[in-house]
Order: sequence, then C-alpha cells, then structure tokens
Amino acid sequence: MKSYLFVLRKPAHCGAYVQEMLDIILTTAAFDQKVSILLLDDGVFQLKNGQHPENVGMKDTAAIFNALGIYDVNDIYIEVESLQEHGLEPGDLSLPVQAFYRKDIAGLMKRFDVVFAG
Amino acid sequence: MKFAIQVNNSPYHSNAGYTACQFIKAALAQGHVVFRVFFYHDGVYQAFKYTTPPDDELQLTAQWSDLARHYSIDLVVCISAAQRRGLLYSDEAKRQGKLDDDLAEGFRISGLGQLVEATLEADRFIVFG
Repeated sequence: MKSYLFVLRKPAHCGAYVQEMLDIILTTAAFDQKVSILLLDDGVFQLKNGQHPENVGMKDTAAIFNALGIYDVNDIYIEVESLQEHGLEPGDLSLPVQAFYRKDIAGLMKRFDVVFAG
Repeated sequence: MKFAIQVNNSPYHSNAGYTACQFIKAALAQGHVVFRVFFYHDGVYQAFKYTTPPDDELQLTAQWSDLARHYSIDLVVCISAAQRRGLLYSDEAKRQGKLDDDLAEGFRISGLGQLVEATLEADRFIVFG
C-alpha cells in the first residue's frame, strides 16, 4: 500500500478537470490505497458551500466530495493562505478540513509516497 | 530507477508532451526503466492517429509511436478521457455504432486502474502538464 496526496489547484466547473480528478481519486481509493487531498489556490472553491451548478446545467462535483468518506478518504487538507486570498473561511466549506500554513505545505507533502499533481 | 509518467496536456496547448517524451528518452539512455506512460485529461490528444501537422513541424504523435516501437514502452490512453474527447479505437467505436479508428500506432486504450498500478509499481511518478 502507498499513501497518495492529490493536489487540486483549479476551481470547480473548469471543463472536465474536477470530474476526472475525482475519478482517479476514487479509483485509487478503490484499490485500497491511503488517499488524501490538498486544496491549493483556486482549488479551495471546490468545497464552497451553496453551489447550485444544476442552475447552469453543470454536474454537482462538490456532492462527490461529500461521498469520499464512503471510500475512506477522510483527510482533506487546505492551505490557510489560499483560503484567505479567496475570501473564504473554513465555515464556508461543505466538509471539515485540516488547515496548514503555506510554510508547512512542503513538510506535509513529504509525508506521502506519491504526490499527485493536479 | 523505475518511472511512471502521466501526460495531461494536448500537443498544441503546451510542451508537456514533448518534455515528457524528451525526459523518457534521457531516462532510458541512462539505463532507467519507464514502466508506463499514461495519457489523461487533454493528454489523450497526443494519441490521435490522424493529426497531420506540416512536414517542417514537430511530429509528436509519431515520436510517441517510435518510442513505443523502439523501446517497447507501454503507452496507455485513458478510455473515459478519450471517449469524452472523441478518440475512439475501432472496437469501442463499433460498440457505439461509430466508424472511428483514431488510436495511433503503439498506444493502447485502458482504464484508470492502469494508472494506479503504474504508481504502485514505480519508484517515481512524474506528472507532465
């Protein structure tokens, strides 16, 4: 078994990117690997509360994040500065997250066997 | 060292595919092993058989095919990413009632499990693009 950190840096609804990243996250979890997620930069918007993508004909990818627990994907990390720079607080997100300061992100990444850049 | 490589961009969006190709050639020249190259997101555009750039431009798809031919490198295109973008190999096209046969020589179509397996087998996993 290996430990994986999936780093998501793009916002929701930017083409097929989020859907395809969730596909690989779920596949990796289905292979019984230890999977964690780190949201950086615009990636923090993926968990923003109160999205109504159905109004513009888009798929609700935030809802898929809510289902990650079923696959034992429970560790979602977020960078404090990314959250602040985008005007968000942890309470604005649809899932509980573990916040890390930018200076500690490199140390966090070192804990994993595979860092999956997204 | 054993490498797994992922390519995420199309040939005309960025140099990610070309850089990956150069990296692989350099790694092989130094005696390293490339377990698999996996084409995901817009990286599936690297595998289109009928890309026809002008003669004096980079023939990237042909370079991938050469790489597969000379070094038996496993070039795998994600089936779901490919279907979203209209790249169908003949069997799948037939199943869908279509006539395509879009996959260039040396590539094969498979699922995301092949990517997970590659990351498990390899000492290093590198994402381009």
